[in-house]
Formats: sequence, C-alpha cells, structure tokens
Amino acid sequence: MWKYLLKLTSFKNFYQFSGKLLPWLGVITFILFVVGLYWSLVIAPIDYQQKDSYRILYVHVPAAWMSLFVYIVMATSGAIHLIWKTKLSEVIANNCAPIGAVFTFLALVTGAIWGQPTWGTWWVWDARLTSELILLFLYIGYMSLHSAIEDRASAARAAAILAIVGLVNIPIIHYSVDWWFTLHQSASISVSKGSSMHPSMYWPLFVMATAFKFYFATVLLMRTRNDILERDQNANWVQEQEKSL
Amino acid sequence: MSLSEFFNMGGYAFHVWTSYGLSFVLMVMLVVLPMQHKKQLTRRIRKAIRRRTES
Repeated sequence: MWKYLLKLTSFKNFYQFSGKLLPWLGVITFILFVVGLYWSLVIAPIDYQQKDSYRILYVHVPAAWMSLFVYIVMATSGAIHLIWKTKLSEVIANNCAPIGAVFTFLALVTGAIWGQPTWGTWWVWDARLTSELILLFLYIGYMSLHSAIEDRASAARAAAILAIVGLVNIPIIHYSVDWWFTLHQSASISVSKGSSMHPSMYWPLFVMATAFKFYFATVLLMRTRNDILERDQNANWVQEQEKSL
Repeated sequence: MSLSEFFNMGGYAFHVWTSYGLSFVLMVMLVVLPMQHKKQLTRRIRKAIRRRTES
C-alpha cells in the first residue's frame, strides 16, 4: 500500500495518473458551477432583510472557506517537503499560493461589496476582516520569498517555513468572530452545531462550496502538471511522451 | 420572474453582479493561464526534440 502510494508521487507516475483524472475533474467542476449558479441566483429565495444583496454570500463564503483550506494544503505540503524532501509536495505547495491568494482577494472584495449596503461601510478594522487581510499578505509573502531566493532548494525550504509559521493565523481567522465581538457575523454553519440557515438557502451554498473545491483541485493539478513537465523536460519519459505526439 | 427583474437583483444589481463578475473573471484567468503555459511548454519541448533528431 505505502509502496504503491509512494510510487504515485514520482513525477512521471503523477503526471500520467493526473492526466487521466483532469478531464473528469474539469467536467464535474463545470456541472457543479452551472447547477450552483442557477440555484444561487435564480432558485434560492430572497432574504427578507437583505433582499437580493445576500446572494453575494454564494461566492463570498465559498471563497473565504477556500482561502483557509488552500492555505492548510499549502502549509501541509510544505511540511511534507521539509520532512521527506519529496519533489511533488514542493511543487504542490508552490502552486497553492497564487490560487489561495485569488480566493482570499475575492473573499475580501466580495465582502466589501456586500458590506457596503448591509453594514453601511466597505471596510472596518474588524477582527475577521483584518485577519483575512493578513492571510492575503501571507500568500503574497510566500510567493515573493520563493521568487526572491535563487537556489530552488533553499527557496522551497524558506517558503515552507513561512507557510508553517503563518498557520497560526488560520484558527485566528476561524474563531475571530467568536473571540472578538465585532461587525462580522458569526458562523451560520458549523460542524458541531449544524446549520442555522434555511435548507432552501443552505443547499445552493453547499453546491457552490463543492464547486469551488473541485475547481481548486482542477487548477492545482493543471499548474502542478506544468511545473512537472518543465522540471522533467529532459527526462526520458517526457521525451518519449512528446515524441509520440 | 422576468429577465429584467433578474438582472436588476431587487436594486442590488451593482453589488451582486460586480461580485459575481469579478469572481468569474479572476477564476477563468486562473484556468486560462496554465493552459497557455502548457501550450508554450509542449511547443518548446517538441521543438528541442525535433532539433536533436534532425542533427
């Protein structure tokens, strides 16, 4: 079992295996987005207080969830790279950063656009908003640090350490709405307490969140595969594969 | 619901469509960029292979 899994993480095997997986991921992502968008924008009922402006939730919340999830994937791959020196985890960690930065940026901007009519302000230095902004700086810091160091092995090591240190921010973001009672509302959905949202509003959110997850997997695989191809371009398996095409 | 009602979003057209529009543009970009990169890469690799087999 372990031997088999380990074999899968070699560049060649991962590239070939993920090549079979990718079209399916793409198709599932597309279908989930079509269903999710139609459900959130058309079928889901109007909110009695916020009217249609609450529909921003269906991109804001999945983007915010993903901003945390991607960071955890990035820091975990970074840690795996530090411990076992696996090449694949290094490439995966690097390619998480730009995707996570986009999700974080989207969570912040859609939050601001939603805040304007709902709170009467685009931005406040609320604990949730501030810690999410710090997350964006962590992603940007990761990418800058990685590109600033020329030696690839040291760059990967330094960036992985930064990602692991930055992990402390993740529980701060998650619990910020409970620890500091400020403007951002507390969670409507939790693993332990379930959902306080009505099912007619919860289900489209669930579909959109799943669509975002598949989207992340798709884009991460695309980027990772490119890096593998670039780094192994002189390897036999790439030569053989490209010759036959 | 009429189509104009749908686009009007109960008066929140600007807020809703800016949020969805921006997310759409950025997330499509995140898919298109690696596709272009891949095309570039394979072109370069195949060129190198051809050069080597011809010489």
